[in-house]
Amino acid sequence: MSQVFVGMPTLPAHGSGNLFATESFPEAAHHELRNGQLRSNLRHATTSIREKRAHVVGELPDWEDLRSAGSATKEAVMAGLPALLEQFEANFTARGGIIHWARDAAEANRIVESLIREQDTDEVVKVKSMATQEIGLNEYLEDRGIHAFETDLAELIVQLGHDKPSHILVPAIHKNRSQIRDIFLKEMQDVDPNLSNDPRELAMAARAHLRRKFLSAKVAISGANFALADTGTLGVVESEGNGRMCLTLPETLITVMGIEKLLPHAEDLEVFMQLLPRSSTGERMNPYTSFWTGVTEDDGPQNVHLVLLDNGRTAALADVHGRSALHCIRCSACMNVCPVYERTGGHAYGSTYPGPIGAILSPLMTGIQAEENNSLPYASSLCGACYDVCPVKINIPEILVHLRGEDVDARRGKPRLPSEMDLMMKGVQWAFSSGARLGLLEKALPLGKLAAGPDKKIKRLPGHLAGGWTSSRDIPAPPTQSFRDWWAKEHGNGTTDSSGKAK
Amino acid sequence: MEAREEILGRIRSAISDGPAAPEVPRAYRRTADLEPNQVLEMLVDRLEDYKATVDRVQAADLPRTIAGLLAQATSYVVPHGLPAEWLDHDTLRADDRRLTDAPGSRLTVEQLDGISVVTSSAVSIAESGTIILDGSPAQGRRAISLVPDHHVCVVPASSIVQLLPEALPRIDPTHPLTWISGPSATSDIELERVEGVHGPRNLDVIIVTDL
Repeated sequence: MSQVFVGMPTLPAHGSGNLFATESFPEAAHHELRNGQLRSNLRHATTSIREKRAHVVGELPDWEDLRSAGSATKEAVMAGLPALLEQFEANFTARGGIIHWARDAAEANRIVESLIREQDTDEVVKVKSMATQEIGLNEYLEDRGIHAFETDLAELIVQLGHDKPSHILVPAIHKNRSQIRDIFLKEMQDVDPNLSNDPRELAMAARAHLRRKFLSAKVAISGANFALADTGTLGVVESEGNGRMCLTLPETLITVMGIEKLLPHAEDLEVFMQLLPRSSTGERMNPYTSFWTGVTEDDGPQNVHLVLLDNGRTAALADVHGRSALHCIRCSACMNVCPVYERTGGHAYGSTYPGPIGAILSPLMTGIQAEENNSLPYASSLCGACYDVCPVKINIPEILVHLRGEDVDARRGKPRLPSEMDLMMKGVQWAFSSGARLGLLEKALPLGKLAAGPDKKIKRLPGHLAGGWTSSRDIPAPPTQSFRDWWAKEHGNGTTDSSGKAK
Repeated sequence: MEAREEILGRIRSAISDGPAAPEVPRAYRRTADLEPNQVLEMLVDRLEDYKATVDRVQAADLPRTIAGLLAQATSYVVPHGLPAEWLDHDTLRADDRRLTDAPGSRLTVEQLDGISVVTSSAVSIAESGTIILDGSPAQGRRAISLVPDHHVCVVPASSIVQLLPEALPRIDPTHPLTWISGPSATSDIELERVEGVHGPRNLDVIIVTDL
């Protein structure tokens, strides 16, 4: 029993919404990989953003010191979360903001809907937000007759294309400029039919399309990058100015934010506002960042709400080996360096959170046994590139291995047919359990040479597992004799004298 | 149980193993290591990299510079607290193009749409090319530096610091803050940066060397 045990243990409350792989990762990856256009778009985009990030990170002589400060700050936040949330709540409320708490996706959606209804409107403008994507807010509102207009360019592309985001920073990373032009021509009623695929022209078309919405919207919905406990301040980091529009012009602002986004002090921004922009867009600073503290008289929204969302975060927090996944500041650097993500793209992960961080965050929030999420921790070669770039030093490979263990434990004792791997392991167990058995098997080595043929390579093994392995590799032909045979021939029967020399 | 109590209870239960809160190591740079003129040059370099235009002038030349940047403007807005001497120029005195946004006589978004705006700024960070507005009377409320299409932003040299950690003690985080690093931009199409989306598409910065 733990000595610091407080109160009754509760079962982890898992998250719901868009957090699930709907088919296993290998199956999803299989069909995504067939899309040559997708792979070429992804390679281009991830290569260029990796270079930009490396350049601006290399400029700072104290990058590793900033990472260490960021990591320790987040660890301290998790250790003191209840008090920090209460402190934030008191400060935000004292300045005229209103806080709502949501246990899961459904509760958060209901709260947001009722706040919109109070303003007597059926249209809202939205700033890009991972939390609202996670809870499926747009779909929920649409089903109830409320239209949510995404105003971030990439989110607009995804929304107009009836598509799903595939990257947390650049949700339309899987689309190239010509595909985007085609979506605009088809879905924007007011667009110039001679629109070219020049990114500047496409961005201007989006500006014109959204301008009237911004200037007339009564309600805006946002996420938040940071919440400062000691002042009750919220912050949104963005590029285009759509965020400033939503955070400034409408009378009502509803923000949905995960409970883990807190920072203890306003001064912590000196660390995180260096780590985040350089890690995410590879810029020294993003063009626009807005901070607001409750209501400011005569400036900006006068009805300011915040929905604090759990939705499985407490379940992740309860996992001692996985809780540091909640340190994530959603920069997306891990996606851009991941050799698996670069090839499969974000849709293969199913969840709102793709890439290496998604492969740990989704199963931590939903439980390893939910739908196909147990396949996500295997979507990695454990190369460690994600850990190297993570601005808050989340040891993603270690958590992936931990979750693979959870998966194996969860399956233990369940009746099922033995897999190919089980059978191979059984065979190895039999062979390695005695020298005589191994010796017997070694007698078959010349057969391998025979199978390899004149070019001395075995090109194809039978079965799904071994066959899969040889589908992209050759195995060199085995030697005609084993090491033990060679030793016996050279040194008698393998015994040595006290000097180590063979007798 | 209310959601608030239930969530706080879940959190307490999740951390019932009592994880320690580590001391935050602050070994990163918190004080400038460049001379003031190098810091100013760095800010100019960063802003120009973001495709902002930068003028360096003495206070005596500020009105003429502002007048030049507004020469093409059909209309412009100033916050009520903008120092009057900044607009002390033949083409700006008694200028019927000028709108003033003041408490009690706020401009509408329709009036602000597409015009120019002149504001001051609170503090600027050279290393990242960032100008911070804090809503004080010479900067105005947030909408006036957002809805116009052309922002003329005055940066007193004394408000420039090299590093972000030097900037934060100079501002009150509970004021509505806008951090501006170049004109609005997007990289959403093939990661190619395009300047000028929803915020002002043109940003002209005037650094006043003796203010």
